[in-house]
Amino acid sequence: MSVATRATARVATRSTARDLRQRFRKVPLHVSVGIVMAIWLIPTLGLLVNSFRTVQDMKTSGWWTALYPPAGFTLDSYRTIIDAPGFTDSILNSLLITVPATVIQVVISLFAGYAFAWMNFRGKDFFFIVIVALLVVPVQLTFIPVLKLFAALGLSGTFVAIWLAHTGYGLPFQTYLLRSYIGSLPREVFESADIDGANHPTKFWRIVVPMSIPAIAANLIFVFLGVWNDLLIAVTYLGQSPNRPLTVLIGQQTTSLGGNWQVLTAAAVIQMVLPLAVFLGLQRYFVRGISAGAVKG
Amino acid sequence: MDQRILTALIAIIAVPIVLVGYIQVGEWLLSRLPKRIALRMRPYVWVFPAVAFATVFMVLPTINTILISFQDAKGNPVGLDNYVFFFTNPDTLGSLKNNILWLVFFTGFVVGLGLLISVIFDRVRYESLAKTAVFLPLPISSVAASIIWKFMFELQPKGRPQTGTLNAILGTAGFDPIAWLVNTTTNNFALIAIGVWISTGFAMVIISAALKGISSELLEAARVDGANELQVLRRIIIPLLMPTLTVITTTMIITALKVFDIPYVMTSGAFGTDVIARQLFARIANSDYGRAAAVGVVLLLAVTPILLLNIRRFREQEEVR
Repeated sequence: MSVATRATARVATRSTARDLRQRFRKVPLHVSVGIVMAIWLIPTLGLLVNSFRTVQDMKTSGWWTALYPPAGFTLDSYRTIIDAPGFTDSILNSLLITVPATVIQVVISLFAGYAFAWMNFRGKDFFFIVIVALLVVPVQLTFIPVLKLFAALGLSGTFVAIWLAHTGYGLPFQTYLLRSYIGSLPREVFESADIDGANHPTKFWRIVVPMSIPAIAANLIFVFLGVWNDLLIAVTYLGQSPNRPLTVLIGQQTTSLGGNWQVLTAAAVIQMVLPLAVFLGLQRYFVRGISAGAVKG
Repeated sequence: MDQRILTALIAIIAVPIVLVGYIQVGEWLLSRLPKRIALRMRPYVWVFPAVAFATVFMVLPTINTILISFQDAKGNPVGLDNYVFFFTNPDTLGSLKNNILWLVFFTGFVVGLGLLISVIFDRVRYESLAKTAVFLPLPISSVAASIIWKFMFELQPKGRPQTGTLNAILGTAGFDPIAWLVNTTTNNFALIAIGVWISTGFAMVIISAALKGISSELLEAARVDGANELQVLRRIIIPLLMPTLTVITTTMIITALKVFDIPYVMTSGAFGTDVIARQLFARIANSDYGRAAAVGVVLLLAVTPILLLNIRRFREQEEVR
């Protein structure tokens, strides 16, 4: 022990009484933080615990009874749900919907974001005001004409239809976000590229895209989760289709199963796993995406 | 299965080729044009896909829906009949009333709790851990969240052990169980609680970031001058956070007006919990297009003030830039 730490230790003992009083004054604070955390964690914990119990157990005793023996944990629910018709297909569908819809939306928004930020053209302000207005227009308003459009094009219930729909609905927000990010890149970089004779595709692929990686990553994660978790758009365009995603399957089953909805616990956990893994793994990007989103209002 | 493999191939190979190919081919075509024309045309090549998507999927359908709202299910003009129906039918009026409940209580609780929680969490050293807990429901879908909360609100007949978390707590405290989702005094608030549980993390993260921007010297100065914590919150923190709180409030108002998933999964709109967005959905499913469109237009009118506010705020920001 060095002299310095010993001195600190002595000071610490002397002020223990005051410390203790201070700490006691903080007890209500820690208790309230604890209560808030519990309120936000317990519901999810309950689902998680119940997903490893039999449906019979779920109906006769609360999930907390499994916290002490005999717990009676089993993978029954998971087995039942995986064997259920259409379930594994719907997981695959969720991926087949989400990945392309995300990529198309973000890439097209990057093109537009670049043009809105660094090019001048007639109608630019008008177009962008429309984009800002579209941020709050409820997508429900478009369902009837778009359903008719898909029917006319023979696209009803197809993956292509839902990719296009998600792109159309998500694009205003993505364009809005990427324009402000790309617009904040330093002007000098573009000017020196101009002097070197770089054309627009070169500037886009060599400057804009690499320099916007943080924003692109945040947006990709955000759109991915939004599409993966979407119920409304999928149930509207794929509600009766074999291509429906997991959310639609779970949503429709809950309403149709009535008193037997407990079988869906495992399905809900499976639906949550990917978003939660993405969230816990990439929390920083996720929070950035959220904060950027706050600008929209 | 074959169709899915084909779709996967399209998704992995064709989609990127089309996207990248579009801009490369577009630029190649521009390079063939006289320089002056190319300069003027280029921006349109870059914004075209976005503008086309926005036009085909948002702008034109919205206009079309407004027109449909003046027609009956078969497309004959009926004037304002669909609107008269909306404002006289108990189902649509009931959902309008519920949306107002969502608007007031969902927005109020999300913003209020978000502020309170970020102020409280700001004072402990394990702040980021605590914030993660509140933030955790955000990446969870409303569908999964609804299943989660079904276990919170579950009710067993009296005498049998309660399996729902809330009713078990009530039972331990010596109260009778409540049929949260059926009882018309509790069920709308039960559904709103789910929404609050999901969205409070959003408000908390944003407010917390803004809170870090307030100088601690300013707060100390106020405390030295004898202000108590409540006064510090009311007189200093809240006024300084006002722009942030306004943005979150408008975002939440939009969320409240559009709410669909939670009532759809939890109650299918039964027991007087229906909302406008679910009414609209149900009427589309019944091919009752005229009335559905009118419901949609009412929704659009409800968000219009915020739409105008956003445009004004955007214009102001642009002038600053």
